[in-house]
Amino acid sequence: MSEASTNATATAAPKSYLDDGSTIRSWLLTIDHKRIAILYLISITIFFALGAFAAAAFRLELLTPQGDFLSAETYNKFFTMHGIVMIFFFLLPSIPAVMGNFLIPIMIGAKDMAFPRLNLLSWYVFMAGAGLAISAIIAGGVDTGWTFYTPYSSMYANSHVILAVTGAFIAGFSSIMTGLNIIVTVQKMRAPGLTWFRLPLFVWSMYATSLVVLLGTPVVAISLAMIFVERFLGFGIFDPALGGDPVLFQHIFWFYSHPAVYIMILPSMGVISEVIACFSRRRVYGYTFVAFSSLAIAVIGFFVWGHHMFVSGQSAYAGVIFSFLTFFVAIPTAIKIINWIMTMHKGSISFDAPMLYAFGFLGLFLVGGLTGLFLSTMATDVHLHDTYFVVSHFHYVMVGGGVMGFFAALHYWWPKMMGRMYPEGWAKFAAIVIFIGFNLTFLPQFQMGYHGMPRRYHAYAPEFQIMHVMSTAGASVMGAGYLTMFSYLIWSLFKGKKASANPWDSRGLEWETACPPPTHNFLETPVVTQDAYSFDLPSVTCVLEKKDKPEEHRV
Amino acid sequence: MSSASQANEHVAHHFESAEQQRQSAQLGMWAFLVTEVMFFSGLFAAYIIYRSLYPEAWTVGSHMLSIGLGGFNTIILLCSSLTMALAVHAAQTDKRGASARWIILTIVLGLAFLGVKMVEYSAKIEHHLVPGAHFHLDPAQELANLQAAGVQVGDHLRHAMETVNTAHVQLFFSLYFAITGLHALHMIIGIGVMIWLLKTTIEGRYSSAYINPVEVSGLYWHFVDIVWIFLFPLLYLVGRH
Repeated sequence: MSEASTNATATAAPKSYLDDGSTIRSWLLTIDHKRIAILYLISITIFFALGAFAAAAFRLELLTPQGDFLSAETYNKFFTMHGIVMIFFFLLPSIPAVMGNFLIPIMIGAKDMAFPRLNLLSWYVFMAGAGLAISAIIAGGVDTGWTFYTPYSSMYANSHVILAVTGAFIAGFSSIMTGLNIIVTVQKMRAPGLTWFRLPLFVWSMYATSLVVLLGTPVVAISLAMIFVERFLGFGIFDPALGGDPVLFQHIFWFYSHPAVYIMILPSMGVISEVIACFSRRRVYGYTFVAFSSLAIAVIGFFVWGHHMFVSGQSAYAGVIFSFLTFFVAIPTAIKIINWIMTMHKGSISFDAPMLYAFGFLGLFLVGGLTGLFLSTMATDVHLHDTYFVVSHFHYVMVGGGVMGFFAALHYWWPKMMGRMYPEGWAKFAAIVIFIGFNLTFLPQFQMGYHGMPRRYHAYAPEFQIMHVMSTAGASVMGAGYLTMFSYLIWSLFKGKKASANPWDSRGLEWETACPPPTHNFLETPVVTQDAYSFDLPSVTCVLEKKDKPEEHRV
Repeated sequence: MSSASQANEHVAHHFESAEQQRQSAQLGMWAFLVTEVMFFSGLFAAYIIYRSLYPEAWTVGSHMLSIGLGGFNTIILLCSSLTMALAVHAAQTDKRGASARWIILTIVLGLAFLGVKMVEYSAKIEHHLVPGAHFHLDPAQELANLQAAGVQVGDHLRHAMETVNTAHVQLFFSLYFAITGLHALHMIIGIGVMIWLLKTTIEGRYSSAYINPVEVSGLYWHFVDIVWIFLFPLLYLVGRH
């Protein structure tokens, strides 16, 4: 891909970013975007475990129709904890703050993000927000659900709403800092020759994501701040007794929180573009369409929030418009899916773990997207609103889409980040186990929801028990898959095979430097002459590696 | 070339040139200001909706605010934008002393704004206009007071005073305190930034070759001013007629 950046093997290997200082201080005060990404990776892994623990607790409760394991209040606190932790402290930062942080400067041939100290600050702010949210959990929990709906959250809830709201508020600023950094970095720091239409699609989708972060996050921040003043200072912005409108909170909240779904899914879409191209050995079909569909999703995503309020007393005419616009988002999404399928068509496909996760993404996200159409249709939404159908729908999107994309990214770039290969056999095994477990967990929930099982209840009618048991069994299988993945990834850090600079024989700029990269990514600024998908041409790194050690160029 | 070498020592390791660094700083601040606009927009949305629902509460509420103090504060902030712009210009033309003096004046004006704001707030507290358990408003009494003070009460205001639901006025004051409080918080942060800017200016960190922090702090200061330029008419003026 580049002419000048043939440093990895051509010259004496420079110190990798992992070896550049080993003290705690060198990690906690680092301004290297790669180390900050690792800090984020460790943090979100802990939060993922915490959120999964909460899910395990309420899935256990749901084994029987009666409330026997958790009381109603405790149950409410557990699903709230699951939502808050998984959304604010795992999904939102997962790909942007870990993969985006690590990869964007390398993919565009820069030495670092535009604002390295802001980048480090974002991690501290994130941890401060997380600390507050966790202290809310330790102090006794929050029972409002992650959506903090008023007037319950502002007037009636008897739990630690202020702590949790402040935590989410502060964490929002961390994602703004990351988003701002990404926008400026992509705009201003691209290497010579790297035009917009030579950018990897991952960078395009991260750019679109960051636009959503910048425009949306402040709005949810102010909605949370309004809850704060209402609870803490006794102001009454949403208080019906003063003529305030609790539904206004829902409007302001979903103005961010629906686009937030795209903050979780757009980065995954970027990952899938990279992975499918690499493992099909083909240039992404319709590159410009895929790139612009990311921007289209980001823009249209801001005009669909009202579909969360079809039954909240919103005007039916507003509902019609929101319904139409929601259908409209399906178009850029379908463009992406069809282009990915066309990319694979006649490609030479290999089935390594990242590609398995990409397949998982395609299938699960498709189900998530198509079931969304039932919910954006006003007539069917009246029946399905606040049932398990909704729960299942957004898990297919956020886990089936967001998390599968994150796992694809984690495996695909693991050698780049850690310098070691993960064990391929175990990885394939875990990918399949997670896929099976996921479907076993959430397919029955569509059925339950369609038959009227409401969400957020700890006790339920006995006829739903068989499906709840299937769901809990599936969650256990999925949990086993996660644990397997966690174990072999930790194992691979110490015992994994050393990775060559370009183990997948990719063409992106990030593979033109060593695995793991040196602190400043490239020894000299690369000059880019092609896009990231020139699989018809040999990669510069591979040619060099073949000269050195012919048998090792493809692991 | 001394200016070139000066420029180079200010270019952080990850930038290729001073120009790239400058453009990044500017774009970063503009992007941040976009998030700030969105941050205030949630409150403005609430303002628009409640004002259209309860126009008479807005009439009564804005009559309870002091146009004199609000107008005085508007002038103060406009002046502070001028001094800020002059501080940036002085820094651009290598006049370090002048730049420091303009920054000091900006700080003084900012503090004056906050002082006036405190006077306004304490008057509201005294008159039990802070939303919550202690909120108290008797429109009939207010009307009588106005007439006793010899104020010409128009039909518009009289009608509003006679028909208003005081709970809605409380909503007005909830938004008044939330929006102006958030703005005051931005002013406090701005003054903090100015103090840091003053310290670094006196230390001689900026010259025509490197003034990014001065420029972007200036952008932030102007933004906070502009928010007030919207707040003043929305809260103090439009409800009166």
